[in-house]
Amino acid sequence: MPLIRFEGVTKRFGEAVAVDDLTLSVYEREFFCLLGPSGCGKSTLMRMLAGFEEPTAGRVTLDGRDLAGVPPYRRPVNMMFQSYALFPHMSVEDNIAYGLKQERLPRGEIAARVAEMLRLVKLEPMARRRPDQLSGGQRQRVALARALAKRPRVLLLDEPLGALDKKLREETQFELIDLQERLGTTFVVVTHDQEEAMTMAHRIAVMDHGRIVQVATPGEIYEQPRTRFIAEFVGDVNILEGEVAGRTEAGLWMIRSPLSSEPLVIDDPDESLATGTRVAVAVRPEKIRLHETPPAAATANVLAGEVWDIGYLGDWTVYRIRLPSGELIRLSRANASRFVEQPVGWEDRVHVSFAPDAGVILTA
Amino acid sequence: MRGGRLTWFNVTSLALGFAFLYLPMLILVIFSFNDSRLVTVWGGFSTRWYGALLQNQPLMDAAWVTVRIAFVSAALATVLGTLAAVALTRYGRFRGRTLFTGLVYAPMVMPEVITGLALLLLFVAIGLDRGFWTIMLAHTTFTLCFVAVIVQSRLVAFDRSLEEAAQDLGATPLRAFFTVTLPLIAPAVVAGFLLAFTLSLDDLVIASFTSGPGATTLPMRIYSQVRLGVTPEINAASTILIGLVTLALLTAALVTKRRAAR
Repeated sequence: MPLIRFEGVTKRFGEAVAVDDLTLSVYEREFFCLLGPSGCGKSTLMRMLAGFEEPTAGRVTLDGRDLAGVPPYRRPVNMMFQSYALFPHMSVEDNIAYGLKQERLPRGEIAARVAEMLRLVKLEPMARRRPDQLSGGQRQRVALARALAKRPRVLLLDEPLGALDKKLREETQFELIDLQERLGTTFVVVTHDQEEAMTMAHRIAVMDHGRIVQVATPGEIYEQPRTRFIAEFVGDVNILEGEVAGRTEAGLWMIRSPLSSEPLVIDDPDESLATGTRVAVAVRPEKIRLHETPPAAATANVLAGEVWDIGYLGDWTVYRIRLPSGELIRLSRANASRFVEQPVGWEDRVHVSFAPDAGVILTA
Repeated sequence: MRGGRLTWFNVTSLALGFAFLYLPMLILVIFSFNDSRLVTVWGGFSTRWYGALLQNQPLMDAAWVTVRIAFVSAALATVLGTLAAVALTRYGRFRGRTLFTGLVYAPMVMPEVITGLALLLLFVAIGLDRGFWTIMLAHTTFTLCFVAVIVQSRLVAFDRSLEEAAQDLGATPLRAFFTVTLPLIAPAVVAGFLLAFTLSLDDLVIASFTSGPGATTLPMRIYSQVRLGVTPEINAASTILIGLVTLALLTAALVTKRRAAR
């Protein structure tokens, strides 16, 4: 049985529809991520779970219990706010103890639980400090400890890493994963950062315009995006327009594209494509090969062009290849060796190719 | 600090401005230490009028009434003003919110004569005996809006997610208000109280309209005595009043400033 379930949930603010007839399940011990651009309704969804918003239609259940009309202070759900919302007039330990005091736990137990939380987030020496005497990363950990102190059934995290700098963000990502594994608490994270979602989540729900576009593991989201929106939102992608021309003897789809004289050959499990359907082929930059010399005749999906841009990133180099039609193909190459005898230069005539199973056919 | 230097022009305009504002009061304070019975003739330094003040029973009674009224009305205005401010900032854009905001602020610019007269008519109409309580109620009415304005300016800058966090952690909205919101807006509430106290302390017009036999405030007493001629005693009483008001305003400023510096 799912721990959290949204059933046909709609939320309207006046005329605006923030969440549109959405159904979604989150399971026990899951690290679940709601990913989408700002304004896609992911925060509203989270606030409905916390109890700050009530659905206009549909229902939200937790452990099979309908949450309608249950106020935020009676839900076994705690939230880590994007701004952290630490109480500025209380010390770190008082912040963490706040929720426990509301439960009227005995004093000794509160002290023990606060000490445990401080240990968990490695903030013991800071117990008596006030929030304004802490660094951004420390504040984030206090907010985390405060939300976890009540041992909630679900921990909600609203853009948990948004306010941290890049280095700290990476570190904290792994700390959160580790914490979630140790505690076994169900985590629901809201983020607009696809990298964050990919690194941390077991499953990701990609949202757009109040609807869920795809729910899947990070790997599936990246390798088998269901729509063009997802392919473009998560990671970099080349989109090649075309139409279905039929199948090869091996069962691969042939896509006729204005970019090449030969039809593109794509290995896609979809069996239902009708000849003549307008489709888009999505290919990730790292799955495209760059050929300095013309590739062997049997190579599938070869396009000729010239080097338009080279972006050296250290670990990777990103190339943009301009096709005769003017389209730019992005591809990236790992810089596996330190010295290359004949590096590819600007305006070189080159070929690019990709394997049939590197492309995904998108109809939407 | 960067900026222009103190040129003779700046110094002169400052001096003129301050002289205009404070010279009259300074003269009053100086003459309260005058040994002579004649108000305008300096007869040497003395604190005898402060001693005489203590012997002046009517004046002392009036002072006691004034302080009591100021305290009770300021307390009441603080509670009501804070509630009004919370309602106006918190509960979103309810129908008629702009109207309510206007209505709360209107008494600030309303001529005191009109407020006083209106209150007098009300008290007469409902048959309330005029005296201590009617002045107290009247002062609550006109100081409430000042409290509301001060508290509201503080609440507007208040991070709403703090209250949500408190509720998320299991506090009812009421508990969240008392444990999180109130401690954080306390400086504004204290400042509002002190301002209300000061306003009540030196009000003459509204008090005159709404007082009855047996309830004479200090400003009323001073005013009536002055009509018979200024005595050094009055100067002494006024000096004490100036001192009190200055103290209250300074405290209010300090409380807000210390919190803002945090």
